[in-house]
Amino acid sequence: MDSSLLFGFSMIAYILASAMYLAGLLFKAPRFNLAGTCLTIGGVAMHSLATLLRWQETHQVGSGHAPLTNMYESLVFFALCTALLYLFLEYRYKMRGLGAFILPIAALIMAYASFSPRIDDSIKPLIPALQSNWLIAHVVTCFIGYGAFAIAGALGLMYLLKKRGAQQRENGLLPSLASIDELTYKTLIFGFLWLSAGIITGAIWANEAWGTYWSWDPKETWSIITWFLYALTLHARFTRGWSGTRIAWLSIVGFVAVLFTYFGVNFFLSGLHSYGAS
Amino acid sequence: MTAKQKNSLIELLASVQLALFLLFLLSTTAIIGTLIPQHAQPALYSQQYGPAAARFIQLLDIDDMYNSWWFLSLLTLFAINLIVCSADRLPRLIRLLKRDNLATTREQLERFSLQRAMDSPLPCDEQLGHLQSIFKEHGWKAQERRTESGAVLLFAQKAPWSRFGVYLVHASILIILVGAVVGSPAFARKVLKNSDFAYKGFVMLPERAFTDHVVAIRQNQPINLGFMLRCDQFHIEFYDNGMPKTYRSQVTVLEQGQEVLRTEIEVNKPLRYKGVTFYQSSYQPYQNYEIQLKKQPDGVTSTQIIPPAQETHWEAGGISYGIINRERQGEVTRRVKLWLHDGEGEASQLWVEMGKEVVIERPSGQYLLNIKQMYATGLQAAKDPGVWLVYLGCLLMLTGLYAAFFLSHRKLFAHVQENGPGCRLLFAGTANKNKVQFGHVFTRMADKLQQR
Repeated sequence: MDSSLLFGFSMIAYILASAMYLAGLLFKAPRFNLAGTCLTIGGVAMHSLATLLRWQETHQVGSGHAPLTNMYESLVFFALCTALLYLFLEYRYKMRGLGAFILPIAALIMAYASFSPRIDDSIKPLIPALQSNWLIAHVVTCFIGYGAFAIAGALGLMYLLKKRGAQQRENGLLPSLASIDELTYKTLIFGFLWLSAGIITGAIWANEAWGTYWSWDPKETWSIITWFLYALTLHARFTRGWSGTRIAWLSIVGFVAVLFTYFGVNFFLSGLHSYGAS
Repeated sequence: MTAKQKNSLIELLASVQLALFLLFLLSTTAIIGTLIPQHAQPALYSQQYGPAAARFIQLLDIDDMYNSWWFLSLLTLFAINLIVCSADRLPRLIRLLKRDNLATTREQLERFSLQRAMDSPLPCDEQLGHLQSIFKEHGWKAQERRTESGAVLLFAQKAPWSRFGVYLVHASILIILVGAVVGSPAFARKVLKNSDFAYKGFVMLPERAFTDHVVAIRQNQPINLGFMLRCDQFHIEFYDNGMPKTYRSQVTVLEQGQEVLRTEIEVNKPLRYKGVTFYQSSYQPYQNYEIQLKKQPDGVTSTQIIPPAQETHWEAGGISYGIINRERQGEVTRRVKLWLHDGEGEASQLWVEMGKEVVIERPSGQYLLNIKQMYATGLQAAKDPGVWLVYLGCLLMLTGLYAAFFLSHRKLFAHVQENGPGCRLLFAGTANKNKVQFGHVFTRMADKLQQR
C-alpha cells in the first residue's frame, strides 16, 4: 500500500461525503448527513495515515522530510486541514448542514491535486532552501489558517443562500442565520490568529535563510494584503457593528484573496517563494 | 488652527473609519507592486508600458513602490492612527478597570442579562460561607463588602487584563514598524548618516581569498566589516537524481591576522559574528581545478591549481598529469578524465569524481589523488539592529491576538440580604466576549446554588 492510493481513497470518501451532505440538504433527510459524517471521519483517518506514509516514503529519496514541500503536498495538506477543522466544528456546534458546503471544497482540492496535469505528485528530495525546521512551523500554521478561511468562505456562501432562500421556503437543515453569522465570526478570528502566526513564522524563516524578514516578494505582499482584508473585516464587525450579509461577503472576498495568495502568486507572478509552483 | 479644528483633526485621527479606510488603501495599493516589476531598469518600463506610463511610474516611484514617499506616508498615517486611536480609548478602559465593583448596587445587578434571584432558608453568614466555597470550587476568588444597610456583596472577576489584548496588538504593530525603521539601510544612510549601522551587502569570495568588506546592495558602496573573512572551501553536493543537496562554505574569521573562528555556512545555517549575519546565497564555479597528490611509499605531496587541457609536471613525484575531458552540468563539473604518466609503460586514464579520493597504482609507486573544482562563494551579509524589536513585536502580536479573541473579562456578583430567618440572594454575571459560553458557566453555578 503506498500513500497515493490512500490519498485516492480519502478523495473518494470526501466526494461521497459531499454527495451525502448535499442529499441531506436537498431531501431534508438527516440520515444522509449521518452517512456524510461517517465518510468524512473515514476520509480524514485515511488522509492522515497517507500523510504519515508519504513522510515515511520521503526517506527513500533523501534524508526524509515532512511532506509539505511542493504544490501537490500543500494542496493535500490544505484539504486535510479543511476536513479536520470541519469535523471539529460539526462536533462542537452540531451543525451538519455545513458539510454540504465544506466537503465539496475538500473533495475539489483533492481531485485537483490528483488529476491536474500541472501538479507533479512525485516525491523529490529537499533542496537546500527548504532544509529548515521552520518548514513545518510555517506550512502548518499557514494551512490551518487557510483551512479556517475556506470554512469561513463556505459559511458566508451558506449565509447568502439561506438568506435568499428564506423568502421562498424554510430549510430546516441549515442553521439559523444568526448562528451562521456567529460561527463565521468565530472561524474568522481563529483563521486570523493562524494566518498571523503563518506570516510571522515565514518572516523568521526568511530572515534565517535570506537575511531579510520582509522583502515585499509577491507571496509576502499578498499574504499581508489578505491579512489587511481580514483585519478590516474584524474591525468592521467589532467597532462598526457589521454583521450578516456584509460579513458574509467579506468572508468570501477574504477567501478569494487567500486563494490568490496561494495559487495566483505561484501561477501568475514570479518571486522568491516558488517552491509551491509545481 | 482653532481649538475646534484641532479637536476634529484628533477625532479623525482617532477614528476607526480612518483605520478601515487606511487598511483598504494599503491592501489595494500593495497589489500594484506585485503586478509591476520592482527595481527594474528604467528602459524596461518604457518598453513594456510605453513612455507616458513609464514617466508616471518614475514620478510616483512605482518601480520601488514599497519605499515610495506615498506608500511610506500611508504607513506613517496608519501608525499615527493606531497611536491616537489607542491613546484615545486607553484612559476609558483604565477607568473601567479601576471602577469599584464592590460598590455595585442590587438595582444595577437586576439589570444584568445574566442574573438569578433566589430565597435561601440559610442565615446570611452561612449563605455567604457557602457562596465563597462555590466560587472557590469554580476557580473564582471573591472579595466581599458589607454595605450600610447590612447587605453583603460578593465580587469576583477573571482576566480583566484581557481587555488590553487589542491594544497589545496595536502596540505590537508599532514595535514592528519601529524595528523595521531601526534596521532599515535607508534610515541608517539618510538619517543617521552612518551606513555601517544597518546594511544589506554581498561579497563573492573565491576559495582561499580574504575580504574585510562587503558591497552594499544597490548602492554599490563598500562597507567595512571590522574583521576579515576567508573562504577556505566551497562544496556542492547533489542527490542521486541530480538535484542540489547542499551548498556549503567553510570559512574562517580573522581579527588582526589571528584566526578566531572556523565554521561552515549553509543555506538556512547562517554565520552570526559581531552583529553581522552571513548567508549562503550563490556561488561561482571557476574553470580550474585543485589537484592534491601524495606518492606512497615516499610520502611526498603536492597541491596544484591547474586549468583543463594543460600538462603539468610534478618533479618530486616523478609524474606528468593533466585533465583531458570533463563532464559538466552547466558550469559545475561533476567529474573529470585525468591523464597521468610516470614515464613507465602506458599512461593511466581514468574518470575521477570531484572531492572523492582515488588511488592510482603505477610502476613507480602508488598515487593518492583528490580533485576539486575551484569556486567562489556568494555570501549575503546583513546587519539589522532592529530585528529583535520586530521579533518582540511578533511575539506580542500573537499574545495580544490570543487575549483579544479567546479570553474574556468575566465578572460574577452575589448580593445577599437578610430576609426573616433566611436570606435573599441575587446572583449576577457579565462577560465582554464569548457570552454564550459564559452563560453556561453562570447557569451551572446558579443551579448549584439553588440546589441547597
